[in-house]
Amino acid sequence: MNDSILNDSILNHGISNHGISNHSTPSQDSGETERNTLLRLTAPTAAEIGALRNRLALAADREGILDVAYTTVDTPVGPLLLAATERGLVRVAFEREGHDQVLQQLAAKVSPRIVRAPQRLDAAARQITEYFAGSRTKFDLGLDFALSGGFREQVQRHLTQIGYGHTESYRDVARIVGNPRAVRAVGTACATNPLPVVVPCHRVLRADGGLGGYIGGLAAKTSLLALESATVAG
Amino acid sequence: MMKTPFDVIVAQHAATVWRVCRAVLGVHTDADDAWSETFLSALQAWPNLPEDANVEAWLVTIARRKAIDVIRFRKRHAITVDELPERHSPHGIPGRVDLDLWAAIAALPEKQRNVVAYHHLAGIPYTQVAEIIGGTVEAARRAGSDAIRSLRGTIQPGAIQPGAIQPGAIQPRVIQPEDDSKGSAL
Repeated sequence: MNDSILNDSILNHGISNHGISNHSTPSQDSGETERNTLLRLTAPTAAEIGALRNRLALAADREGILDVAYTTVDTPVGPLLLAATERGLVRVAFEREGHDQVLQQLAAKVSPRIVRAPQRLDAAARQITEYFAGSRTKFDLGLDFALSGGFREQVQRHLTQIGYGHTESYRDVARIVGNPRAVRAVGTACATNPLPVVVPCHRVLRADGGLGGYIGGLAAKTSLLALESATVAG
Repeated sequence: MMKTPFDVIVAQHAATVWRVCRAVLGVHTDADDAWSETFLSALQAWPNLPEDANVEAWLVTIARRKAIDVIRFRKRHAITVDELPERHSPHGIPGRVDLDLWAAIAALPEKQRNVVAYHHLAGIPYTQVAEIIGGTVEAARRAGSDAIRSLRGTIQPGAIQPGAIQPGAIQPRVIQPEDDSKGSAL
């Protein structure tokens, strides 16, 4: 390869520009049109690119360079983005959080080696679908709290102990994690839960029975609580 | 250091890299292999790429390297008939202008084919194309206009007869009187 490049540049050296400039700029407009035609006629189909991207995702995972895999799954509370590291599920995001923005945050805080790779999320997607169908009351998934840490992580890990169909108050949670005065910090830990639905922050309410807040919006919190109480009652 | 999700880069540049691989390697599974290898290498290196890097030029450079690897592999393994790369019929396929076009690109001389890949399909300016493929900017420019002249019959569908060979589309080179200098250049 280097030989031909070398020969080319040596042999072309010293060729004057006259005569070339004439025929290299005959009409810029028709050149652009031709380029556009070329691009149109050589455009890959969505299926061709989709197949290649799937293949890339599988190869990246096999090579151990897929730091964050993601997919989306449709649910009654809208499409959820699911992301996982090799250690486990690292993020569940509602549409209102802006999925593109969530991927940007993952790139900045975990790794920019992010590829849509549904295969790593098969189990998570299946269990979430089963949960919304009322046929699953407990998630059995590896979790990665890389986006959390400290007291927030401590609170979020406790949330996984609140059983299906049960609720606790922010004050209960503060007491149970051993810091009864940190009610507000418990609220923050719930609000910044990187794994909503799977880590059930929706099961934490205000002491007066009020809903409190929810990362997925109050309507989503209400429908998750209604789903669980209907399943328990049924 | 890059903080953009790599998936965004795949979405933006998948088609360009695909065109480059196809133009250099032909309509062949080898082109798909080169596409995969390109993005796999890029994913590996992605976190360490400086924020201000020209991502498309970087990807095209990787694609070129991967295509050269494939060509070397082909040459080393071209002993048995089974492993010879597919050759395209220069006659094209009636009614499929896109396949006719890929066949016409495949029939171009190597330098013209490379210039079409990097300049016309990937949108890289001639000055950088010359750096990538070697040779002078003028030679790259000239190869580009020669290539377009050859391809013109194919990219203007009206100019092609159904099932007929369009001479301009398949002949590698039409020598023009003002191109005398090329005799010594090539």
